[in-house]
Amino acid sequence: MAATAGRCGATEEVLAYRRIGAYHSLTFVAPDMAERARPGQFVSLGVAGGGTLLRRPFSIYAVSRHGPWAGTIEIVFDVVGPGTRWLSGLVKHDVVDIVGPLGRLFPMPQQQVGCLLVGGGYGAAPLLYLAQRLQQANLRVDIVLGAATQDRLFNAIEAKRLSASAVFTTEDGSYGTHGRVTDVIERMFKDGGIGVVYACGPMPMLAAVSRVAQRHRIAVQVAVEEAMACGVGVCMTCVVPYRRDGDVANVRACVEGPVLNGRKVVWDEIGRQPVGDVATGDTATAANPALRP
Amino acid sequence: MTAVDPRAGASRLRSDQVDLRVDLGPLRLDNPIVTASGCFASGREIERFFDIARLGAVVVKSLTLEPRGGLPTPRMAETASGMLNAIGLQNPGVEQWLATELPWLQALGVPVVVSIAGKTVAEYRMLAEYLRGQPGVVAIEANISCPNVDDRNVVFACRADATREVIQQVTRVATVPVFAKLTPDVTDIAGIAEAAVAAGATGVSLINTLLGMAIDVETRRPKLAAVTGGLSGPAIKPVAVRAVHQVHQALPDVPIIGMGGVRTVTDVAELMLAGAKCGGRRHRDVRQPAGRHRAARGAAALVR
Repeated sequence: MAATAGRCGATEEVLAYRRIGAYHSLTFVAPDMAERARPGQFVSLGVAGGGTLLRRPFSIYAVSRHGPWAGTIEIVFDVVGPGTRWLSGLVKHDVVDIVGPLGRLFPMPQQQVGCLLVGGGYGAAPLLYLAQRLQQANLRVDIVLGAATQDRLFNAIEAKRLSASAVFTTEDGSYGTHGRVTDVIERMFKDGGIGVVYACGPMPMLAAVSRVAQRHRIAVQVAVEEAMACGVGVCMTCVVPYRRDGDVANVRACVEGPVLNGRKVVWDEIGRQPVGDVATGDTATAANPALRP
Repeated sequence: MTAVDPRAGASRLRSDQVDLRVDLGPLRLDNPIVTASGCFASGREIERFFDIARLGAVVVKSLTLEPRGGLPTPRMAETASGMLNAIGLQNPGVEQWLATELPWLQALGVPVVVSIAGKTVAEYRMLAEYLRGQPGVVAIEANISCPNVDDRNVVFACRADATREVIQQVTRVATVPVFAKLTPDVTDIAGIAEAAVAAGATGVSLINTLLGMAIDVETRRPKLAAVTGGLSGPAIKPVAVRAVHQVHQALPDVPIIGMGGVRTVTDVAELMLAGAKCGGRRHRDVRQPAGRHRAARGAAALVR
């Protein structure tokens, strides 16, 4: 591994910043990362501002390996705190410290099966990257994207372009079907033809999609969203309870994931004290109680 | 390479390198940069970023007798110039680690300091027994910032008598130097360090995280599932410098491994000027995994 030392991290130049609906996107000139990146993987960015120290992880949305700017990678984000606010202020030629590509990628189907891609909010970003790859492999791609409101649906035009059919849901009914993604995928499973589901979005959505897929005995690969500190497997912050070797283990979303088998994630145990485990912190509190002033 | 002789430092030094060797009592390291326990995992994760064999030593994540799954999520909360964590010592257990992880580190030829954590004094002794005569293991770091289940969960390192008891049991069976890792959450850290040394510790590692807590005012819930957690990062570096200084003043001959919020060359130099023999990096691995060796050279230049 020593030969790869140093190759995972670099200072890269911003090629473009743009808005995509309610979201933000940054494209970096990063030929080496572009060469190695695969759908489902992420990069982590060093950010400044507001005393923030931890890197921020982002799924890779698009990769260009050729073209006038050599290789580029593009990420999508929402402004949720000081780190992402700082990122949204970057302009062309600024430089950012990037580590990546990191994590496990979406596995490609081994057979000619129909692929259903289910995205929530900007969780659609890595799925659109995957859709390109699936199409290149001559696989049928259907896409379902959901969000709270129309402006938080990520890149519906691109989803239509990259799929045989694209369905949209909004919780306020402002666009597409009024409801949630799970309201429409059930029917699609019944219609048949789907061999694998790929999903990315908020954890409750991934849990719901995985349960529906499991009921229909359809393979499901999810890219999970867990808070990370290091992004490279050392800090054990981003763990997800996962069935492995007949047992449940806390696996790291940044190394064993972010793409995990949705049927093996123990969704009900996320955020709960594992049964039979010994709390080693200074409090053995299993639940996280509300505080009263 | 199978065994690492603690005294074999010179053989790893090339002619074009500066002599950065440090002596921690009977233990000699090639350079004063070590990893801080808890930020290194098995080492394989970090090996992607730089050659870990160039470190003075690696301090591995604390091992327990039984495998531990750790605490529920959320396990981390970012705070101003730092972070809180409550991981719960997730680790594969000492037996599994010896079988699968130690051989890999041995093959790299890097000196290994094994951090151990127990719930009782007896557990610490048993862990030290597992490590007897293990090739490549050059020291034990007793992480005694753990609750003692035999004493109402009072943290060992918060009491001089409990500290003495653990270190006595560990040094009785250990075949390598023992360092006591202390918490700064005490009234008199020099007094605790004194107890550890009197019980046979070669030196002390300063500091562990400070116990902290953060609340999400929107949800009115603690940000960590475990409610409280350890504060690390640059926010605690002045506390580390102070603790190193106090212990060094009280016990000038005792080797100190300094750590706490170390990110840069200057940070390592600061800890060394306060009295530490070498510096461990915790936060740095989380934020910036590469570039540690640069720190080693710079620190030596500044201190000399």
